[in-house]
Amino acid sequence: MGKITFPVEATHIMMFARAVGDTNPVYHDAEAAKKSEAGGIIAPPTFAQAVAQFDPDYHLRPKAGEKWFGSAKGPSGIEGKPASSGGLHAEQHYEYIRPLRPGDVLTAETKPGKTWEKESKRAGKLTFRERVTEYRDQKGELVMIARGVGVTTERPVDQG
Amino acid sequence: MALKASALKVGDTHSERVVENLSRTQIVQYAGASGDYNPLHTDEVYTVQAAGYPSVFAHGMLTMGLTGKMLTNWVGDGRLTKFGVRFTNQVWPGDTLDSKATVAAIREENGQKLADLTISTTNQDGKEVVSGTATARLDP
Repeated sequence: MGKITFPVEATHIMMFARAVGDTNPVYHDAEAAKKSEAGGIIAPPTFAQAVAQFDPDYHLRPKAGEKWFGSAKGPSGIEGKPASSGGLHAEQHYEYIRPLRPGDVLTAETKPGKTWEKESKRAGKLTFRERVTEYRDQKGELVMIARGVGVTTERPVDQG
Repeated sequence: MALKASALKVGDTHSERVVENLSRTQIVQYAGASGDYNPLHTDEVYTVQAAGYPSVFAHGMLTMGLTGKMLTNWVGDGRLTKFGVRFTNQVWPGDTLDSKATVAAIREENGQKLADLTISTTNQDGKEVVSGTATARLDP
């Protein structure tokens, strides 16, 4: 966790919007975006999730020279260790002060929040962990607050 | 294209089909854009044989992103002040998702008209995969 500073870039916004199937020109067409209410390209509401790209230690990205737990010769590249991804996403909340724009340089500071447990029929004991991230722009002004809740399960979620 | 408080009432709804027959490739596309390469989303061999799931499944944040598209198409660009969801069921390759927003309240805060919305995204079996709320700025 800690602080991560990263640039908001137009190409990245375009790729992110494509991935969620959003063809709105405000995310990829500078001319059309200029004429829109937004006055230029802006990022879609969940774009800040891509801060993961800029976290040097992000554990869900393969890194050169390190073993990766996804499949290769075998079903997992890390043998003899219980395969774990670190959990599932339970909740995500955003508060927006202003839209993110290409050219912004944001600093995200994440702090741990509450932790709680719950018993579930479908996946055993559930452990919930909250993380709160504040995003500030190049002027130090708060532009967005994100609150995520992750859950680790005792066993894979039963699909019955 | 923004919503006007004068033309909106509690109970009004907007819905959209946000994805049809979700492909594994789109899930991988989201992994690349977001930076989350968790094999549970990108690697069928790992997910079935090592993790014990029936197949890869979508990132919760892909479903939230798809849901957000319905919201911004309705309320306009850069008009959300809040958007929050709970992931209530997993989303699988082949799923078709419909997202719906319902006006829960119209209010004013510091001279700004706002709409509070409840949000629900459901799959082809009518099972809810995302439930949430959002708040958007309205024109008078």
